[in-house]
Amino acid sequence: MDDSTERLDRAFAALADPIRRDLVARLAGADATVSELAEPHDMSLQAISKHVKVLQDAGLVTRSKDAQRRPVHLDSSVFELMTKWIERYRRQAEERYRRLDDLLGRMGDEEVPEQTGAKDVS
Amino acid sequence: MTMITHGTGIVVDENIPAIEIVREFDAAPEQVFRAHVDPELYAQWVGPRSVATRITRWDARTGGEWAFADDRDGEEIASFFGSFHEVRPHERIVRTFTCEGAPDGVALEILTFAELAGGRTRLTVLSVVEDFTTRDGIVSSGMDVGVIEGFEKLDELLAKEA
Repeated sequence: MDDSTERLDRAFAALADPIRRDLVARLAGADATVSELAEPHDMSLQAISKHVKVLQDAGLVTRSKDAQRRPVHLDSSVFELMTKWIERYRRQAEERYRRLDDLLGRMGDEEVPEQTGAKDVS
Repeated sequence: MTMITHGTGIVVDENIPAIEIVREFDAAPEQVFRAHVDPELYAQWVGPRSVATRITRWDARTGGEWAFADDRDGEEIASFFGSFHEVRPHERIVRTFTCEGAPDGVALEILTFAELAGGRTRLTVLSVVEDFTTRDGIVSSGMDVGVIEGFEKLDELLAKEA
């Protein structure tokens, strides 16, 4: 596994949790402190800190050195990697459908009866 | 995250563990539908070129079932099964999809065949799985070596057609 794959695995694992996805969605708008992030959730600061730590370890967010507030900042480069990941999946589907295009092209002229029922293919 | 470029469009939903794929074809819904229910036709396009698709069970009607295996160099490398929950000719297929060996993994797939002007078809495939980890695992399978191999074959094909 190369470095970027490992990074993506960590990112997706971190985002498997709905609370962390919510934190990321809010950080996409603006940086926020842990206490600001905790506000809408019925959770302790400590619990939110743990979630932020997971996001931080996954390379999804960074925290500035500003000792007082230490706002959490979303690192956008991981999302660029994810976009590439999705693009690969899309190309895989496109490849499959180009094979279907070829097949449909061959089917085009022939008149063949409908075959939707059970078939003995063993 | 939504990406619609040339050809296949994909939507990876942020709120539900689903993947939606949209693709248009220069063929009537009857033909696109048939390529999904006729086992001989389905086997010709569903798998990568480096594998041979071997249909093992096939009963494409409401309440029916399906199963197939992928063989490479005469050796089975993967197998899949599911049921046809609903088969509505030329319009809609609802089926389940499980990759054998993935414990308890199942996707619900809703395929819609919409008629477009000029005898064309828009196929929409919505796959829903039980959680985000599973969904993201499916998307990340695009990182497999087999896919890269597939792209190389596609490139060759495109070069030939050009």
